[in-house]
Amino acid sequence: MTVTHSPITHSPITQTPITLSRKGSTPKAKGVPPLVEQLKGGLDAPICLTWELTYACNLACVHCLSSSGRRDPKELTTAEALSVVDQLAALQVFYINIGGGEPMIRKDFFDIVDHAVSRNVGVKFSTNGYYIDQAAAERFAAMDLLDIQISLDGFDAETNDAVRGQGSWEAARRAMDNLAAANFGEFKISIVATRHNVDQLDDYKLMADDYGAQLRVTRLRPSGRGVDSYQDLRLTHPQQQQIFRWILDHPDVLTGDSFFHLNALGTDSGEALPGLNLCGAGRIVCLIDPIGDVYACPFVIHDNFMAGNVRDQGGFANVWRESDLFQELREPGSAGACASCGSYDACGGGCMAAKFFTGIPLDGPDPDCALGHADEAVAAAAGSVPHSSQDHSRPVRLGAKPTL
Amino acid sequence: MEPKTDPEVSDAVDDTLVEEELLVEEISIDGMCGVY
Amino acid sequence: MTAVAFDSTAKWERSAKIGLRPEPFGALAYHFDTRRLVFLKSPTLVDLVDGLTKHDSADAAIEAIVEPADDRSRQAHVTALASLAEAGVIEPATKIAFVG
Repeated sequence: MTVTHSPITHSPITQTPITLSRKGSTPKAKGVPPLVEQLKGGLDAPICLTWELTYACNLACVHCLSSSGRRDPKELTTAEALSVVDQLAALQVFYINIGGGEPMIRKDFFDIVDHAVSRNVGVKFSTNGYYIDQAAAERFAAMDLLDIQISLDGFDAETNDAVRGQGSWEAARRAMDNLAAANFGEFKISIVATRHNVDQLDDYKLMADDYGAQLRVTRLRPSGRGVDSYQDLRLTHPQQQQIFRWILDHPDVLTGDSFFHLNALGTDSGEALPGLNLCGAGRIVCLIDPIGDVYACPFVIHDNFMAGNVRDQGGFANVWRESDLFQELREPGSAGACASCGSYDACGGGCMAAKFFTGIPLDGPDPDCALGHADEAVAAAAGSVPHSSQDHSRPVRLGAKPTL
Repeated sequence: MEPKTDPEVSDAVDDTLVEEELLVEEISIDGMCGVY
Repeated sequence: MTAVAFDSTAKWERSAKIGLRPEPFGALAYHFDTRRLVFLKSPTLVDLVDGLTKHDSADAAIEAIVEPADDRSRQAHVTALASLAEAGVIEPATKIAFVG
């Protein structure tokens, strides 16, 4: 993997030169800007995108980024969904990350997935595993271009179910066992790092190794229902240092570049988490939600970050290429540069979704700024922060058994 | 737009750089937020 | 980057396991099995990858497709093809070749 760094550029917001290190083999194809700048400026089509098929879900996870639970009556029909697949295939989107809610709840789930694969669009879907029985596992095992990611947020049932609901750990483990028994091959286990499971990462890794599965650890963001559970679940500052070190020590664990907001922790030792520190929202990825709304990413389901709808004239391609929001996001320095300290080139100012849903301006520090620059602001804004524009939560008590 | 200093700097060592000119660049699928 | 030398006298072709998508600067290649993501940073290189199968060797393809055809440019494109071979974007052509 070659990681490139941009030449010295100037932020139009702060007029401060952002100095980036130039490693020995910096590629310079004449006339072509460095790769990172190409990506920030947006691609002609997404590399991949997240597509939430339904807001319906049998679970009620406390941190659900899509606030899922009840199906939306305006959900895309089967015909519309298949048309979206065709549109993505025409754009040559390489693969789609299908999610929800729980995508397998849709009766046409296999129709949609089969159609995507037949059009050479890869599918990776995120699931709580509840519906992966032996038959489904065998069906998946026979499919090409398919990747499965099982969500699990605790090594043991007590830790996991406190966040995802009673019985959810068992259902996820059963799904994994079924996939293994069906010789599916390497699936992914995805954990959102929280205050309560960060000490379990080693155990998690062993579990993944036992299954021959790939472990993925990602950042908790205050999005969806996460707005309200964030204060209870977010990592403490010592835990941030702990996970920063753990990720460095486990380069074979996927993170989706979701922890670059912690890179200031590596300034003294000259270490940085692998990855481009690149926010792909509206530039190389986006979200299509169950009713066809297109958002910059799955963590900003809010009107401020909605670019259009696939039902609009011109479909998805028109939204991707012509929407005001995405064009704005592709402008250099569009979000502004955090000037709280000198570590901006290491942390990139963090995540705009995290800032938005904690009431911090987009050119301010990330709420989880590892150096604590946001601690006061987060405390001050707590209780008066924005909430998602879509809330399909069911009025269900955590602890109740998952139902259809 | 922003001044890019690389092309100016590279003039003096043009031959070497063209030799090292890389037309292919790989990126980790795990290296960009939103791609997973 | 590659431990084994790339044989530019052999016939190569674009891998069937990749998606290759044009972008203004060249193209993006994604390998569906390995999930490796590779940027081709010039349209000429993209033409070269597409045209490999029509020539008996990578060298011949470069000769026919790449302009200017000076030594530096040739070498740059051999190096590029070597990287693409290592990444699985191109692979040795199968024995059965179809014209055009």
